[in-house]
Amino acid sequence: MRRVVVTGAGTINAIGHTVPATLESMREGRCGIGPLDFRDVDRLSIRIGGQVRDYDPEQEFNRQQIALYDRFTQFTLIAAREALAQSGLTFAGDLSAQTGVVLGTAGGGLNTHDENYRAVYEEGKNRVHPFVVPKLMNNAAASHVSMEYNLKGPSYTVATACASSNHAMGQAFHMVRSGMSDVMITGGSESMMCFGGVKAWEGLRVMSKDACRPFSLGRTGMVQGEGAGIFVFEEYEHARARGADILAEVIGFAMTSDAADIVMPSKHGAARAMEGALRDARLDASEVGYINAHGTGTAANDKTECAAVADVFGHHADNLLMSSTKSMHGHVIGGTGAIELLACIMALRDGVVAPTIGYEEPDPECALDVVPNEAREADISVAVSNAFAFGGFNAVLALRRV
Amino acid sequence: MADETIKTRVIDILARQAVLEPDDVTMDQSLDDLGIDSLGLVESIFAIEEAFDIQVPYNANEPEASDFDISSVRAIVEAVEQLVRDQKG
Repeated sequence: MRRVVVTGAGTINAIGHTVPATLESMREGRCGIGPLDFRDVDRLSIRIGGQVRDYDPEQEFNRQQIALYDRFTQFTLIAAREALAQSGLTFAGDLSAQTGVVLGTAGGGLNTHDENYRAVYEEGKNRVHPFVVPKLMNNAAASHVSMEYNLKGPSYTVATACASSNHAMGQAFHMVRSGMSDVMITGGSESMMCFGGVKAWEGLRVMSKDACRPFSLGRTGMVQGEGAGIFVFEEYEHARARGADILAEVIGFAMTSDAADIVMPSKHGAARAMEGALRDARLDASEVGYINAHGTGTAANDKTECAAVADVFGHHADNLLMSSTKSMHGHVIGGTGAIELLACIMALRDGVVAPTIGYEEPDPECALDVVPNEAREADISVAVSNAFAFGGFNAVLALRRV
Repeated sequence: MADETIKTRVIDILARQAVLEPDDVTMDQSLDDLGIDSLGLVESIFAIEEAFDIQVPYNANEPEASDFDISSVRAIVEAVEQLVRDQKG
């Protein structure tokens, strides 16, 4: 079977505008969550989030591009530029013809929806910009990456709420492993940081007003983040032949559906996804050293996830490390798995496990080593990344150190 | 607003959520008794906020920690009465 490796990574998120900056923040346990800054925030009851700060689109893109690029597309293109540059790949001929872009997003151009609904409903305007549709569509980000880098292979966008980018990366993994493509660009992006985006989440009553404290007693819910994570997935021999720097190997992927409840997670669905990823990777559970948890900081997720890990890993659950970096960058919804994959790569490549910050007190229902508050050095050869979405869709990836 | 009206309207909201007739809801019943789960509760609170134009302090992650007592229909009615007095008085 063909092997699949990661040869490029890029990101922009609340704790870093590049991969090195993000990994440094993860090592230092820095929190990117703070007061939200956008129009009408005073009408929200939830006023914190992991916003990308010190970011000026006009420094990155020209006016014509900004007319076409929603914030989630801008983040995608910035992250893609870093990932593609690191990979050293250029696309022409057969490689161009077979390489595609599979990305995840849940809300797509939500800022564009928000701004234009405001214009027509609140301000009573009867005309909107001609590019509203191509700017807000969920596949806009993937399309612009394909155009920017001449990628003419299979491209599409996956929308499975909080599991979107794990599903996308799993699909890209399958496409390279099966021989459909030697290279795929994958990951995900999200920006719901606008009045309508946060107002909608407020309604569910699961958002925290103070901090995201996954697995900690006294946690008060989830906090939204924004950003993008983009990766180059490449067939192993193809990468070796050109002397590429290999960041990690993707060795397994599984997806399951709870078929139960539209918002409440299921232990069985989560456990089946983790078991499936281990089976796909031909791994024994005892080989896993690190789990990047879904770890949203809600009562429902954290208890269910810990119980599922205990079921799948048995006694080994007490030996492995599990952390939620959402405590630092917030929940990036459809882009979250992509940003969190960086923590897996850091654990495998640098031997540093990112912490779960904001941790106050152990919760007996989350009695695992969640790497509280400080990063830890550890020799990790296999890492697993969990994503469990509203709607009961679960997607789990397994990676190995190369 | 007369307290009797508040009680009637809260019971109407809970009954509608539970798919029951208001006459079948008694003050001693819990949300469990009515078959209202956590999502149903969030919907009921939304309906209460809309009906009385009040803010109900409730976080689904720590239902016990909020001041809004949801242990029985009576507790909910009394909590809403208090919120109406505090916020509309």
